[in-house]
Amino acid sequence: MWTFFHKLGSPRHFYRISGRLLPWLGWLTALLMAGGLYGGLVLAPPDYQQGESYRIIFIHVPSAWMSLFVYVVMAAAGAIGLVWHMKLADVVAAASAPIGASFTFLALVTGSLWGKPMWGTYWVWDARLTSELVLLFLYFGVIGLHAAIDDKRTASRAAAVLALVGVVNIPIIHYSVEWWSTLHQGPTVTKIDAPSIHVSMLVPLVTMALAFKLYYATVLLMRARTEVLERERASAWVRELARGT
Amino acid sequence: MNDRAQNHSLGHAFLVLLKRDLLLAVRNRGELANPLLFYFIVATLFPLGVTSDPQTLATMAAGVLWIAALLATLLSLDNLFRSDFDDGSLELIMLSPYPSTVLVLAKVLAHWLVTGLPLLLATPLLAVLMAVPDDARGTLWLTLALGTPVLSLVGAIGVALTVGLRRGGALLSLLILPLYVPVLIFGANAVGASAAGLPVTGQLYMLSAFLILALSLAPLATAAALRISID
Repeated sequence: MWTFFHKLGSPRHFYRISGRLLPWLGWLTALLMAGGLYGGLVLAPPDYQQGESYRIIFIHVPSAWMSLFVYVVMAAAGAIGLVWHMKLADVVAAASAPIGASFTFLALVTGSLWGKPMWGTYWVWDARLTSELVLLFLYFGVIGLHAAIDDKRTASRAAAVLALVGVVNIPIIHYSVEWWSTLHQGPTVTKIDAPSIHVSMLVPLVTMALAFKLYYATVLLMRARTEVLERERASAWVRELARGT
Repeated sequence: MNDRAQNHSLGHAFLVLLKRDLLLAVRNRGELANPLLFYFIVATLFPLGVTSDPQTLATMAAGVLWIAALLATLLSLDNLFRSDFDDGSLELIMLSPYPSTVLVLAKVLAHWLVTGLPLLLATPLLAVLMAVPDDARGTLWLTLALGTPVLSLVGAIGVALTVGLRRGGALLSLLILPLYVPVLIFGANAVGASAAGLPVTGQLYMLSAFLILALSLAPLATAAALRISID
């Protein structure tokens, strides 16, 4: 068990294992996403209040969840890289930042498109929207720091410190903004005992959430593989690979 | 013997560094005035750019003064570690046997004393110029007194991360301004609430909590970031 993890920690084995894993993950993602979209756009009944326009929820909510999830993964990977000097953790953190930023952007755009028919406006300075926007800025900060420092190793460590500072700050930002003003509807799914969403909508939503997670895993592996090759370009195994042997 | 031991204590190192930084700031009087002038000028632009009507001014004065103070702090932050980094003394400070978090705290305190404190002293005057209601002036001052140290402490993290970069300025604002959001919200909100005659103890407690949190955690992050930037 542990040897497997140690092996995974070495860039070379990671490259090999992830290469074998990628097609499976990719197909599973495509399957789940197709199923979730079909369930959400075709099978699920229209909402009694919002009509058909609520269907954007199947994109909006999973990407909003992912925007936070990816940040936590990025910060955790950064912390691991910072403490145990694990190369692969640095790679995962670096590869996660742009993906997380795009999920955040997607959540903002779909939310704004949803807001127009529902609230009558594309944007309001509401708590969740504002904290999501701040989250996007935090992502941009991490990406900017990565881009600004030439040495990849230093860049990863600096970005990890920033991501960790962000993790402490995200709840504070979230609650201070929430306290400041609230228009966004309350959570409907996380009330475990009695979700206020019907099963016919909940199933596609959960499927989409799962599909988004797998999509993240797939894209993360792809980005991490490229990142590994770039960082290890001086090592023997990458040269061997490049020579096509 | 006892005297010698005392001279090598942590408190002594803290005071020596604090004194050195204050002395450096005083010798550089031109730079000392910059954040303060910036604070005044930004605040002056708002009545000119938006409206000079006292009633409208009063409603936005708190936010304007808070944002001006925030930008003035941001502007001055670059000096926090830059010159020490350039002449190599930052490396020596980090190599010293004392815990770097405490030394970082000394530097941040010195920064606040030369930028935050002048802003605080100038605020009553600007509050009159910006037509802040009489009842809210005390609150404005209190929130800034609690908030500006947080701005310096949190800002130090960003400066420590970007000190090794040649064009750190724009990146610095991207890194730090999102982190300033909670302080700005509670600071400006408290002033608005007290102008409306509402109690503001909640906001003041929150700002105090931010200050304590920043005091205990920010130096750790700053020291870690400096160690990364130096090697």
